Amino acid sequence: MAENLVEYLKNSAERWPDRTAVVDPSGSSLTFSQLWQQVDALARFLAAQGVGHGDRVGVALPKTMASVTALFAIMQAGAAYVPIDFTTPAERGKRILTDCNVRVVFVDPRASGVLPDGATGILASGAEESPIKRSGLVVQDPISFVVQDPISFVVQDPISFEQAIATAGPAIEARAGRDDLAYILYTSGSTGVPKGVMLSHENALSFVDWCSTVFHPTEEDRFSSHAPFHFDLSVLDVYVSIKHGAELHLISEELGKNPKELARFVADRRLTIWYSTPSILTLLLQFGGLDAYDSSSLRIVLFAGEVFPVKHLRELQRHWPLPDYYNLYGPTETNVCTFARVPRVPDDRDHPYPIGFLCGHCDGVVLDDEGREVAEGGEGLLYIAGSSVFEGYWNRPVENAAAFLDRQGTRWYNTGDLVRWNPAEGYTYSGRKDRMVKRRGFRIELGEIERALYRDSRVSQAAVISVPDPDTGVRIVAFLGCPADGPTIVELKTFCAKHLPAYMSPDRFVVKNELPRTSTDKVDYQTLKRSLAEAEPATPLPATAEAGG
Amino acid sequence: MDDLKNRVRLFILERYLAGERPENLTDRTPLQTSGILDSLAVLAVVTFVEKECGVQFTALDTTPDQFDSLDDIARLVAGKARVVGA
Repeated sequence: MAENLVEYLKNSAERWPDRTAVVDPSGSSLTFSQLWQQVDALARFLAAQGVGHGDRVGVALPKTMASVTALFAIMQAGAAYVPIDFTTPAERGKRILTDCNVRVVFVDPRASGVLPDGATGILASGAEESPIKRSGLVVQDPISFVVQDPISFVVQDPISFEQAIATAGPAIEARAGRDDLAYILYTSGSTGVPKGVMLSHENALSFVDWCSTVFHPTEEDRFSSHAPFHFDLSVLDVYVSIKHGAELHLISEELGKNPKELARFVADRRLTIWYSTPSILTLLLQFGGLDAYDSSSLRIVLFAGEVFPVKHLRELQRHWPLPDYYNLYGPTETNVCTFARVPRVPDDRDHPYPIGFLCGHCDGVVLDDEGREVAEGGEGLLYIAGSSVFEGYWNRPVENAAAFLDRQGTRWYNTGDLVRWNPAEGYTYSGRKDRMVKRRGFRIELGEIERALYRDSRVSQAAVISVPDPDTGVRIVAFLGCPADGPTIVELKTFCAKHLPAYMSPDRFVVKNELPRTSTDKVDYQTLKRSLAEAEPATPLPATAEAGG
Repeated sequence: MDDLKNRVRLFILERYLAGERPENLTDRTPLQTSGILDSLAVLAVVTFVEKECGVQFTALDTTPDQFDSLDDIARLVAGKARVVGA
């Protein structure tokens, strides 16, 4: 049994040294033995820079073989990786890296703004100075590194990725145990600051091992890697494929947004296992021209992160009739905790499929507001316990106390998702009580959008609401109270792009001089919702969100 | 071409800038680099222009540095039309 995630790679490198492990979008590849050698060398280099047990290392790189190498090397050095979107607004990235106090950052030059403040120098080949404080090591591009001394914070000369690997340093023993942190994934926080979900090797191993028993991967499989590494769907792609000696086909950020190229990619690479959000599958369906390609190699299609509107799922199955389809459910905090095999969608079905039955590594219970178990068929909050449930949020004692319930000696995580249970279908998702929504599989706290809008000094009131949308699942509308010479919609869109990830930017802005208030002088969300419903007659849609992220 | 720009302008205003005054979306307003259009919106605009003009764009045509304003879109379409006409 593997003690940590790196052992999957080590074992595969021994068993299948010459099989292909990772293929990048251009078709370049590494065998298991080559990948392991790179990982080992980079881990030794990191260790020589002072990175070790208990440290965090930021990864703000595009998806390449270098970033895959970095993830494993960080864990091999005993540290936990903190992946962030290298295209994320600099301010948000910086907040994350500062929050968890990374010792080292791997960073693409395009993301140099995410580096924590107050540093003494460096960066980018021949480019401008960039502020770096705590970082011990900065990688630009995947190709050239810039190294900062971890003790004196004085910047050394840049060295290349190859040089770093060649420099390596003394051999190190594997340092991570099952209970050590493997990675921290940041999700939207209602107070405006993203919160870090801490996941241990044990959390990930138990999920990966469950995947082995259900999907029966082999060394003949070819996995898609569509989800970025800061999104928890990537855990399945990377570690299940590496564990089983299969090929991992990396989909870059650019390719991932281009449905025509993506449809060709699935066919050309003869992928056997696809995993993404329903949004991406819907894009492939609508813009990919799927019928032009032979995708008969696909044997499994997995989706998670949000409700898959059945009309799109039915249509997808017409284009891709052969594979088995699975709906996976679970917040980042629990990893996947329930699953359902989705049959061929009948023509007359219009309601989404259930999230199904508990995975082997989880236990679940549905409780009401008073913590009493809800009877079969009744609605309540889903609580999850088990080996895949996270350790807690990084440095958030208040949220941690609220997230867990001690019940009969077991620690249960409150997913915040309302569900019903019946023995035939398992769990059915029915909504949320709080202000968390899912869009394109990503989790969004509406409060985080409000906090970002308040950073525009002309905004005196901000109230963000979500409304169901039959095509995209959810639309986000921002109501703003601004003086008469307030921002234009173009300016607001531009402002959001600088302060929020693209998936959080509101679909619509409604600017008023003053927002309605309740008798207790709070913004009156109910009136705003009604005003929207009157302006735009509602289209019926079931739940807005489902899983993952 | 002004007619095309206006049709695309209306499409963008209606879908992504509801409530905005048309004069605030100029021929030169950056669309992708400003964040007005995200990658999904770009796909929809590309599809709209392809249908309206009977042209096909490649992935390289629609990168943020090529396809960033109504002026850019008109220029790209004019270039495609010349190729077709040649």
